[in-house]
Amino acid sequence: MNPAAIAFQSNWVEVISSDFMRTAFTAGTLVAVASGLIGYFVIVRGSMFASHALAHIGFPGATGAALVGTSVMTGLVAFTVIGAVVIGLLGKRASDREIATGTVLAFATALGVLFASLASENTSTVTSILFGNLLAITTGQLIIFAVFLGVLAVVLGALFKPLLFASIDPAVAEARGVPVKGLGVIFMVLLALVVSMAVSVVGVLLIFALLVTPAAAALRFTARPGWVILWSAVIGVFSVIAGLVIAAIVNLPPSFFIVSLVFIIWLVSVTIRRDSSPPNSAGGHSGHPAGN
Amino acid sequence: MLELENVSAVRGDRTIWEEGTFHVPSGSIVAVIGPNGSGKTTLLTMILGLLKPGSGTLRVLGEEPRRGNSRIGYVPQNYAAIAGDSIRACDMVLLGLTGTRYGLKRTTASEHARVQEALAEVGATHFADRRMSQLSGGQQQRVAIAQALVSKPEMLLLDEPLANLDVRNQQDIVSLLKRINAESGIGILVVAHDLNPLLSALDGAIYLLDGHPHYAGVDDVVSEELLTHLYGTAIKVVRTAQGDLFTRSA
Ligand SMILES: Nc1ncnc2c1ncn2[C@@H]1O[C@H](COP(=O)(O)OP(=O)(O)OP(=O)(O)O)[C@@H](O)[C@H]1O
Ligand SMILES: [Mg+2]
Repeated sequence: MNPAAIAFQSNWVEVISSDFMRTAFTAGTLVAVASGLIGYFVIVRGSMFASHALAHIGFPGATGAALVGTSVMTGLVAFTVIGAVVIGLLGKRASDREIATGTVLAFATALGVLFASLASENTSTVTSILFGNLLAITTGQLIIFAVFLGVLAVVLGALFKPLLFASIDPAVAEARGVPVKGLGVIFMVLLALVVSMAVSVVGVLLIFALLVTPAAAALRFTARPGWVILWSAVIGVFSVIAGLVIAAIVNLPPSFFIVSLVFIIWLVSVTIRRDSSPPNSAGGHSGHPAGN
Repeated sequence: MLELENVSAVRGDRTIWEEGTFHVPSGSIVAVIGPNGSGKTTLLTMILGLLKPGSGTLRVLGEEPRRGNSRIGYVPQNYAAIAGDSIRACDMVLLGLTGTRYGLKRTTASEHARVQEALAEVGATHFADRRMSQLSGGQQQRVAIAQALVSKPEMLLLDEPLANLDVRNQQDIVSLLKRINAESGIGILVVAHDLNPLLSALDGAIYLLDGHPHYAGVDDVVSEELLTHLYGTAIKVVRTAQGDLFTRSA
């Protein structure tokens, strides 16, 4: 591709109102909302590395899917869910877990490369697994995304408080009868579903930008769980939609613009001084949008 | 509040301590002392119902220990919020009240009022809206105590709440414990290495000596012979002209 390929698309309005763009907008929104729902918990639980690792563990699933003749999504879900259960069962010993996770991550990535060459995947398929390809999403995938988001919302809603308790204060939560380990495994499986969705938007390598960064930016401004979740979803949805529009205007892959927008928002959030005492501190509890 | 009959503490195939037989009267403030690794935290774990006695019978507040006992409030050792940057102190306390509840039912006005009350009890009202990571060690300890108190337990277990605190904060926490004990008659078990800041508040102590737990009133515990034996280093008990008691390594 030569630089001349970067060109203003005069028909971009037409492009963004096309069917496949509508699918891309919908899919991106679903994924961004799902990421926003789980992002706060990823940070609170210190599972940033695990989410990154799950994406890599999904990589051989995605490339291997072609080898056995199933869909990329099936391969992704199968591998990430199994990986999630294993990581979840490894439990709390953070350093052990990170070494084990990192080792499996490296092996999984190598396996992914092997599967890709065995299945003689063309490079564009591998590229879209690594970097995402929102424009290739099918209606079938869209339905899967909607189902995953529904499952995520229902389960997170039901488990919200005990999961938060177990994440922030595991020793006390355990003593108070919260099933800390079981919740940890359920959380990892939910994370696997979100990772599988997010891979199709930003790819294996850029997953952090959608899963962790919006929540990290939101946390600069508020530490109220409900608000953090709401704001990370808003940041994610905005970045995905704006990224897609910009990509259509200049006719380049959307992943770059989506991740760049998230990155800029995060940069702004870390440079703005954090509000250490929220404005409505008197009552202290007014206006939680969810859960708390 | 505690009754032990020939109780032993076993982890895996290791016996940590055994032959524990004693009663701790309800509503008292009791220190749990013993060298590192002697099994103080293990005792709390058993009271919380997270570890079953290897043998014997243990009764807590008149019943079998059970996990999730809301009659017990607990502040673990090395208390520091893991994700302190992601949670406010008041939400931390709220978790003590609603953290075991499934579903998205909103927090009620009376629950919010109870949280404010618990924060006020420990003197944490003015920093309740700050994130845990923005609080000092002493402030975090107060929040942890508020979280343990918010569900109105009958017994409070504190695992080394005075570690890492300066003398002033130690005294503040101890007078806080004295006050809540006097006001509500809550029984308090405090694991501690340094008895001095606690002496004015204590009714007695559980001490782990040579692999056996014992209970004694405070006057019997504060003895040079016992403390010297317990810690394996010479300890002196000093009584000042004002009648204050101190222990120090000789
Ligand atoms: N989860 C565990 N599994 C196995 N053994 C354990 C576990 N936790 C503690 N132990 C062992 O049990 C013994 C008692 O530990 P415990 O934590 O109760 O001591 P402690 O008196 O609280 O010590 P410290 O003053 O250092 O806190 C120690 O020898 C320790 O190695
Ligand atoms: Mg201990």
